This record gives sequence, structure tokens and C-alpha cells, in this order.
Amino acid sequence: MNIIVGGLSHKTASIDIREKLSFFSHNLNTPLQEIVNLPSLYEAIILSTCNRVEIICTAVDSEKVIREIKIFLADFHKLTLEEITPHLYFYTGQDAIRHVFRVASSLDSMIVGEPQILGQLKDAYRSAVENKTTGSILNRFLYKAFSVAKRVRTETGIASSAVSISFAAVELARKIFDNLDDKKILLIGAGEMAELLTRHLVSRMVKELFITNRTLEHALLLANEFSGKVLKFDELFDNLAQMDIIISSTDAPDLIITYEKIAKALRVRKNKPIFLIDIAVPRNIDPRINDLPNVYLYNIDDLDGIVEKNRRVREKEAKQAEGIVEEEQLRFYFWLQQQEVTPTIITLKEKIESIRLKEIEKTFSHWEGLREEDKEKINALTHAIVNKVLHDPINFLKTKGEKNRFPIEEIKKIFNLNDKEDV
Amino acid sequence: MQITVPLYFKQIELYIFYLTLVIYCIGTINFLIYLIKPRPLISFLSFYITVIGFVFHSIIFLFRYFTNACFPVTDLHQSLFFFAWCIIGVFIIFNIKHKIPVLGSFVTPLATVFFISSATLFTQNPVQIPPPLRSIWLPIHTTLAFLGEAFFGFAFCGGIMYLIQENQIKNKKWSQFLHRLPSLQTLDDLNYLCLSFGFLFLTLGIITGSIWAEFAWGSYWSWDPKETWSLVAWLIYAALLHGRLTIGWRGRRAAFFLIIGFAVVLFTFLGVNLLLPGLHSYDSFTSP
Repeated sequence: MNIIVGGLSHKTASIDIREKLSFFSHNLNTPLQEIVNLPSLYEAIILSTCNRVEIICTAVDSEKVIREIKIFLADFHKLTLEEITPHLYFYTGQDAIRHVFRVASSLDSMIVGEPQILGQLKDAYRSAVENKTTGSILNRFLYKAFSVAKRVRTETGIASSAVSISFAAVELARKIFDNLDDKKILLIGAGEMAELLTRHLVSRMVKELFITNRTLEHALLLANEFSGKVLKFDELFDNLAQMDIIISSTDAPDLIITYEKIAKALRVRKNKPIFLIDIAVPRNIDPRINDLPNVYLYNIDDLDGIVEKNRRVREKEAKQAEGIVEEEQLRFYFWLQQQEVTPTIITLKEKIESIRLKEIEKTFSHWEGLREEDKEKINALTHAIVNKVLHDPINFLKTKGEKNRFPIEEIKKIFNLNDKEDV
Repeated sequence: MQITVPLYFKQIELYIFYLTLVIYCIGTINFLIYLIKPRPLISFLSFYITVIGFVFHSIIFLFRYFTNACFPVTDLHQSLFFFAWCIIGVFIIFNIKHKIPVLGSFVTPLATVFFISSATLFTQNPVQIPPPLRSIWLPIHTTLAFLGEAFFGFAFCGGIMYLIQENQIKNKKWSQFLHRLPSLQTLDDLNYLCLSFGFLFLTLGIITGSIWAEFAWGSYWSWDPKETWSLVAWLIYAALLHGRLTIGWRGRRAAFFLIIGFAVVLFTFLGVNLLLPGLHSYDSFTSP
């Protein structure tokens, strides 16, 4: 049995191709049922995210199943083979195992280390289980993939640092305040970046959000979206002392928040820390503010610097993660080989044994006057011959078969063992 | 209370002492590795190795408690030994409650240093204080004082961690330490907690000490160097606590204060004994 992975990802196809070939991930029932009916395919899982569409399956004949999958993908999405083939990749054997482990560990992601893909893979697996399209091999394979991902996550720092500006800001806020759920955020102005940042902070449990803008309308719109409160621009400084996090992104040509204003606010709030993020160009917040105790001011370049640094850290950690994947891949491949050997030995024994029994029956029915004890002797004789003959091939399978699949295939061909029976 | 034991027990005590020393060193090294490689398994190992060390440490302490003529804190070896025990004890309780294993990377080296200093002064024939001083106040006073100092030792570590973390965030020098150390808020809360407990125990230690002094020497306060320096430490911590509650002395400034405060505490503990002769100097017990 072979594991085969095929499909396309952000590395091989642009967004418009990925869109055309994607499956609706909330309802994979139809494609799963169709794919499991492909003649050479045994088990299948469909993983469809915005960055990749992949089919993970098991089959005996890899080449045949790859052809069938290509045709399935084209037919299902009403495209031609020529359109999709250049974007598709297929992996088999160890490469397939490695690929799935890398995907699960987020080593193959657009942003290496992003945590979403593992959840998506789990969902894909759940759909497949619900549709009963997985069997013993894929079940074990996917559980292994999840545990490899967990191992990568805990043993390397691959996911420990933020690689987007918004995440970096949220992470910083948490390194200052720990808990964000009782903190107040003030958003001054309403640029696109500021909106994105606010969205991230609000999703991290921040409950109290204040928005102020020179044009009240825009502030109202944002306040509605994030269920925040609107603050009039001229009320801003009266409320400054209660804000823990201040994000500024107005297009004002001069400084809005001056050193004196923050120094005063700091006295009022008894030195409780303030975290300011200035993403406006030109800057809205006096850079000297960072010299005040318990005040932390970051501008867009500072955040960019963090992201850059984190990205390098991740690349370094990714190397270590590849090592883990390689190790686990070998271990799983070894297991897969063993799965192969045992059934082959059993079929081989059964086949020879059935031949022996048939022949003995034939002989006994012709041979009249044969005594019970003679029958037993003949039985023992044939049994011994069969065992002696089988001894070497079975040994050969046990020792060589675990390392590569070539002898298994050969033995199957020589003895004409049918594969479909033992699945 | 004193139990007489066969002589070979002393030999066993010596072995367990060095075993504890080795375990603490391994625990400390593990905790330092955890700082470089923050894997859950390493923190788990480091913590439990430290706990095992603490169990042996406690066994020796109990042994001494029952075989000594008085509460075993009467010389520098025993005091350092007991101080290390208090620090590790506070750390273990703290880590079980708050789960901040990275504290161990700072606290266990501190305790291990004290334990090693204690080992260099190892003696099994401790100074015996004269019977008039042997009273219930000996264990009460010393335990309170050492607990207070252990909390200040903790706050000292918290202060150092705060300064490292604050420096990274303030100056935008992000290293991997940033992820390993707790947030500023957590550290500041920790420092405040340790300050409060330390202050409480130190105050009680000073009060019980002066009651004991009244019984033993006939005066509550005699401006002995140890008393004077404890008062200095007490004033520093009192000032910090007051500043924090009234005008919000927190963060960096508080961290500096905690580091200076602990330096004074250490001087009170060690410097006074070694440099300034007085009532508390252990060899002067015989002639107070």
C-alpha cells in the first residue's frame, strides 16, 4: 500500500487557479464520496484551504491513482486536464509522508509557522472520517501528522514569534500588560493599518475600545463594527489618563500627543504603563515620550523591525523542525513497510496451505484402504515440506521487506498473490 | 528535644548533604538550559530535580533539628543552609501556584550559591549558644527573618528580570529572551507580592528579635550592627512600599529599589557577621 499526496498550493498556482480548484471546505461530502469511488483508490482525505488543495490517499498502484485524481479534479471543477496539470504536484512514498508532515507542522505554509493549517487539516480529516473514506493507514497517518505538528510546535520556536505587524503589536501589548481583557484602547484617526491592528486587539479579548476622529462619521462607523465608544476629538485629552493602549494614525501634519500630555496622564494614573503605537506618517506622537518611565512608544518602523527579526528566527527554527519531520517520516515509513510485510506473509502461507490441503484431499479420496495413522504421517510429511520450502522466502520478506518494498512486490508476483483480498 | 544518634548517622548526613548539593547544581544547570531552550520538558525536569533536592535538604534539616541542642541556625554554615532552604521552599510553592518556571532560572542559581557557600563552611560541630539564649524565640525569630529575606531574594530576582525585560521593550532590542520572560505586568505584580510578604516577615522578625533580646539580654534594642542594618533594610523596603501605594512607584524604579534592598539584606546577613563584631556574630554568642 502506498501513500500518495497530490494537489496544488500557493507555491505552484496563483490565486485564480487555486480558487477554481478549491472545494467548499464546509461540505466535502460530495467530492469525498466521488473520490473514494475511483477504482484504484482505497482511502482519501481532501484538504482545501485558501492556500492549497490537496488529496491525501492510499493506493497500490500510484501511477494509476495519480491519473485518476487528475481526471477527477478536472471533471469535478469542469476544467480540462491541460489547464490544471502544470499546477499540480504529486508525491508518493516517503516524499508523500514528508510533505504531509511538513504541511501539518506549517513548514510549507505561506507564512511559516502560522497555526491555522493544523486546524484546517484536522477539519479535513474529520470530514473524511464522517464520510468513512479513511481506513487504518490514513487514520494512523493523520494522527501521526498531528503529533508531529505538536512536537514541532513544542520543541522548536517556530510559532513563538509574530511575523505580521498587527501580531507583533498584540504580542508587545501582552508582554507589557499580560492580560488585555481589562485594558482600554484608544484609536485616534482611522487608517487602514489602524483598523487592522484594532481588529487584532479586539479579537484578543480587549473589551473597552474608544475611537476618536476629526470627522465623527468615520469614527461612528468603526465604533459600530467593533462595538466601541466614540470620543469627541476635543474630549480626547480629558480621557487620556485612563487609556492603556493608544493607537494613532491620523494624517495630521503635526504632533497630536505631546510629551507634556503623556507626562501629565502618567501622574494621574500613578505610573501605570502606557503603550503607544504611532503608525502615522508624519508621526502623531512625540518620540521623546519613550523616555518617560513606564511609557512604551513604538512606531511603524519599530514594529517592522520586530517582524523582520522574528522572520529570521523562524527560518532558523524551521531547519530544526525539518529535522524532526525527517525523523518522524522515517519512523512512519518503517511502520508502513511492516504493515505491508505481515499481510503478505499471511497470504503466502494461506495460499500454500490451501494447495496442500486440496492435494491431500485429492490423494486420500483415490487411495483406498489407507489407515488413519498413515494419513497422519502423510499429513505431517506434506506439512514439513511446505514449511521448509516457505522458510526462506518468509525470512527474506521479514529481513529485506522492512527496508524496501521491492521484494514484497516480487514475492507477490512470483506466487501470484492477489492484493485486493488482504485489504 | 535532643536525640542522641549513633555516630555513623553523621556520616550519612554528610553524604546526603553533598548529594543535595549535586542535585541542586543539576537543577540549576537545567534551569539555565531552559532559559536558552524553553521546552516544557526541560522546565518539568528542572523543577522536579529541584523538588527532589529540596526533599533531601529538608531531611538534613529535620535531622539537625532533632539532634542539635538548639534550632540549627547558630552558625554561618547552618544559616546559609537554612536560607537556601527558605528560598527553594518559597520558589516551589510559588511555582506550583503560579506556574512561572522561568523564575527558577533566576532563583535556583541564587539558592545554589548560598548552598555552595554553606558547603564551604561545612561543620558538624556547630557553635552551641549558651542555654539562656535557648528559647522558643530562637526558631521563631530566625524563621521569620529568613523567610523575609527569602522573599526579598525572590523580589531581587524579579527585579533583575523586570530590568532585562523592560530594557528590551523600551529600547526595542528584541532578543529571544523576550518570549521567555513573563510580561512586565506579571513581574511587577510578583515584585509587589514578594515585597509585601518580605516586608511583613521582616517586620515580624525584627519585633520577635527585640522581644527575645529583652528576655535574653535585658534590652529591646541595643544598636548592635545587625539590628542597625536590619533597620536600614526595613526603611528601604518601607519607603518603596509607601511610594508604591501613594504615588505609584512601580516598574523600573521599584526594581532598582528591590535590588539595592536585597544588597542591604545580604550585608545585614553576611557582611555584619563577617566584618562587624557584635551580639549577632556567631562566635560572640559565648560572650554577649
